[in-house]
Amino acid sequence: MELLVASATGVLVAVGVYLLLRGRTFPVIVGLTFLSYAANVFLFAIGRLAINRPPIISPNASGYTDPLPQALVLTAIVISFGMTALIVVLALRGFLETGSDRVDLDTLDDARAPRKKPDPGRGDWPA
Amino acid sequence: MTLWLIALIPVFGAVFPSLLERSGRNACAAATGVVTLAALVLLLSRAPAVYRGEVLQTHIEWLPQIGLSFSFFLDGLGFFFAALILGIGLLIIIYARFYLGRNDPIGRFYAYLLLFQGAMVGIVLSDNVLVLLVFWELTSLTSFLLIGYWRHLPEARQGARMALIITGGGGLSLIAGMLLLGHIAGSYQLTEILARGAQIKASPLYVPALLLILGGAFTKSAQFPFHFWLPHAMAAPTPVSAYLHSATMVKAGVFLLARLWPALAGTDAWFMIVAPVGMATMLIAAWIAIFKNDLKQVLAFSTVSHLGMMTMLLGLGTPMAAVAAVFHILNHATFKAALFMSAGVVDHEAGTRDIRRLGGLLTLMPITATLSLIATASMAGIPLLNGFLSKEMMLEQVALTSYLGTPWLFPALAGLATLLSVAYSARFGIRTFLGPKRHDYPARPHDPPAGMWLPIAVLVFPVLAIGLMPATFAGAVVERTALAVVGGPLPEYHLALWHGITPALLMSLVALAGGAAVFSAYNRFDGIRLALLRPDAKTMFEVTIGAVTLTARRWIDATHNGSLQRYVGIIVGVIVVLGAVGFWSVNHGAGTRSTLPMTVPAVIAWIALIGASIAVALRHYDRVLALILTSIVGLVVSLGFTQFSAPDLALTQISVEVVTTILLLLALNLLPRTSARETRPLARWRDAGIASVAGIGIAGLAYAAMTRGFDSISAYHLAEAKPGGGGTNVVNVILVDFRGFDTFGEIIVLGIAAITIFALLDKSLKGAAARRLAATRRVEEAKDAHPMVLVVVTRVLLPLALTVGAYIFMRGHNQPGGGFVAGLIVAIALITQYMASGYVWAAERRRFDAHALIGGGIAIAGLTGIVSWVFGRPFLTSAYDYVHLPVLGEFEIASAVAFDLGVFLTVVGVTILSLAQISRIAQRAERSPDTDSPMDIRFATESDGPVAIADPVRQEK
Repeated sequence: MELLVASATGVLVAVGVYLLLRGRTFPVIVGLTFLSYAANVFLFAIGRLAINRPPIISPNASGYTDPLPQALVLTAIVISFGMTALIVVLALRGFLETGSDRVDLDTLDDARAPRKKPDPGRGDWPA
Repeated sequence: MTLWLIALIPVFGAVFPSLLERSGRNACAAATGVVTLAALVLLLSRAPAVYRGEVLQTHIEWLPQIGLSFSFFLDGLGFFFAALILGIGLLIIIYARFYLGRNDPIGRFYAYLLLFQGAMVGIVLSDNVLVLLVFWELTSLTSFLLIGYWRHLPEARQGARMALIITGGGGLSLIAGMLLLGHIAGSYQLTEILARGAQIKASPLYVPALLLILGGAFTKSAQFPFHFWLPHAMAAPTPVSAYLHSATMVKAGVFLLARLWPALAGTDAWFMIVAPVGMATMLIAAWIAIFKNDLKQVLAFSTVSHLGMMTMLLGLGTPMAAVAAVFHILNHATFKAALFMSAGVVDHEAGTRDIRRLGGLLTLMPITATLSLIATASMAGIPLLNGFLSKEMMLEQVALTSYLGTPWLFPALAGLATLLSVAYSARFGIRTFLGPKRHDYPARPHDPPAGMWLPIAVLVFPVLAIGLMPATFAGAVVERTALAVVGGPLPEYHLALWHGITPALLMSLVALAGGAAVFSAYNRFDGIRLALLRPDAKTMFEVTIGAVTLTARRWIDATHNGSLQRYVGIIVGVIVVLGAVGFWSVNHGAGTRSTLPMTVPAVIAWIALIGASIAVALRHYDRVLALILTSIVGLVVSLGFTQFSAPDLALTQISVEVVTTILLLLALNLLPRTSARETRPLARWRDAGIASVAGIGIAGLAYAAMTRGFDSISAYHLAEAKPGGGGTNVVNVILVDFRGFDTFGEIIVLGIAAITIFALLDKSLKGAAARRLAATRRVEEAKDAHPMVLVVVTRVLLPLALTVGAYIFMRGHNQPGGGFVAGLIVAIALITQYMASGYVWAAERRRFDAHALIGGGIAIAGLTGIVSWVFGRPFLTSAYDYVHLPVLGEFEIASAVAFDLGVFLTVVGVTILSLAQISRIAQRAERSPDTDSPMDIRFATESDGPVAIADPVRQEK
């Protein structure tokens, strides 16, 4: 079982990193989602795997798994939702402002030019 | 004890002048004066104790773990400086009232001045070096603001920037040095450090600490080669020059040398570095001062020269030299501040500060001229004035000093510097005030109002009084201050006018004659100067700064080329390399912990996850497909949580999965549905390689961890959950109780994220984005935007879902569930209404404000924590009790439930706000406005035309 979890974590990381290296916003967002999965599963696995030992105090329980990683992962799941929502909206706004969903600057020359405030009102932005 | 008030009264008093800006200059000046006076009175009320030899201390622990405490102490040295700062400050405030013009924003000026004053008093009274460093930086900043007070003048801005870079850079060096010093001494309390001088001087870190501290002191006190910022700081209004750049701030470095004298002075390193730097500064600045034509520039270089003299005296390392240094600090503060103010008066009344256009002012402005000439004579070191006495003491000490085995070197150089100072003083006084009257002054010179010359007179009085009767007027102050500097008994000395014919007196006479000769042969010496190499510090500084900026810009351009892919690639690559290094440098192999057997359902789930993941990687450009496949992965992950005894995680994961999928679907509504296929297969393979290595690394790490045993701190949580936290669901108890503060922080982060989303999509959506949004036309649109089945089912389910949410919330403390999950479930129930019936319909019926939910949730969680304070317990201490209610029976109430309620509300608010905001934007792009009630079953009839809901969004508000 440990092998399955470990390999699945590895695949999630690999897919996440691969998607993170794509040039458009949507795959990057999906890649971050994958990395969140991977991070959560990894953190959870650090508490070791156990079956039928939920950390719910009960007189009939034969034992408990480690509750601490679970608590950490629980908030991490919710926080990663918040992060995903934020980055989706950033991507959306970026797309609406520029008409492009590339994650990179369009040309490298832009980076060298003196940094100027983008003027969304200007008509010459790529549509 | 209220010592800290002395420093903080001016800091907090700085708000008054800014508030009174509109009430006029007199009100501003009066308020500022009262603030300073209050601090001064408070200080002087401590004088009897200090002069009895007591050291007053106040101590408030702040962060004892890192040695930070809010502690102050007042001894002779601190008192001396604080009195100078506040006393001269008061005079400057009066003077500035008359000096500044009607168009100068005087409130801002006084506010800066008070901030500076408080910071400066803070430096001299701080007992904790960390607090001292904060005040030190604050003086650099306020000095920057004051030099740049006339923002419209380029030289003011440049001078301010130069001063900030030099003193700020020195401040960094000082921070390092002080931390090192505290480390050596084992305490950050100055009083402790001063008592451990022997230990410090014996430490191998003594020299590095000394060099770093000197870096701070020399830059602040404008010592060679950092002297050049001070003359450029003269672009400030003259009251600032008189106050900061002559009497007080520039003496902070000298103060620091005096303060740390018992801890650092007396070693060879100290003498070999500090004394010659001071001597060089004294000599070079005096030479330059002779040839400056601007009155303030002459005074600026003279100040640098005198600061060099004080530094040199402290550098000699003998107690007697320290006495001389203290005496000269006092004398210099009086005559130099007076001279600066006089220069300001001349500038004000004659219209110029150019020495070549002045002369003969004695008869035109007799009061100012008389006062100035006395102060100038003191600067030159002419007998019967205080400048003469401290200069004599200096020469006497230098005459006893042998540097590098050459007994004549220091006396000769000091004598030369004194000679030069006589020359520039003579030029300053004679060329400005004596000589024939001229007819071409830019303005008509006359004496200023009393408000401007009285402060000068107040300072000139001690020049005469100390000069004539030093023991009476300065004896006690010098003695008490010097005792504090030296930290031990003082040698026998006499402050007196006449010591008999001594080598020092002879040197003085030679200097006076020589100085007069240099002055009379001015043109010849100017020729010599022109023939010499004259490096321009400002040009060198600008070139250096330019080069640094250019290098930084090149470096940024080279590394930050705007390619996210490149950044991520580099980051992942570095992590992979570091991981590989770590991996190969230790033994590696599977652990010995027994593993769980594989089961068929688990393998099936694994295959689903791997298959879906790889499919996403291969087909990510088909975005909707990728989204569906991703949710399969999420599903398997939550199944995994169920399998491995984590019911809470499974519930949370599956709820988040639903919300995330809805979110991404909403976003895909507006984003392109497909990504362009990439054209560079090589890049894909390279990325796949990086990704695979990263994945293999994590998989190996996870496997290695899972197959090894470990110790956990969780036994405590398991044991204490029920008796201490009052709940049986340990995960929930950890979240709302043991680690409640973390959770509190996290819901705040969530709230910030939601509000950022709101800001990104709400008011700021205009211009190109708004046009593009309006122009977005759905390529295809469902014929039936709101299918009846969906609408009916979601509405029927709504009360049910809300009930489930409430149930999950209530049982959360004991069974799987809790605020996070319940919040997500409720949010999903509400969001489905948006999906089924459209944004407008749902928004109109929503009775609550998502912002209020977020704020309310965080407030409830925070209040729950604060309530513990009422019972004298730390923040977020939980309590629970059993309550017996009729009919319902006995049940338990835990304060943690209130905290969880806060979590619940925040999660609902965050989710609703984020999703509703996106769907609102999406709605703006729809071709036809929504009908007002999509499922109040209606057929295609009258309302299919443009419906009269002009802007449903606005109606919502």
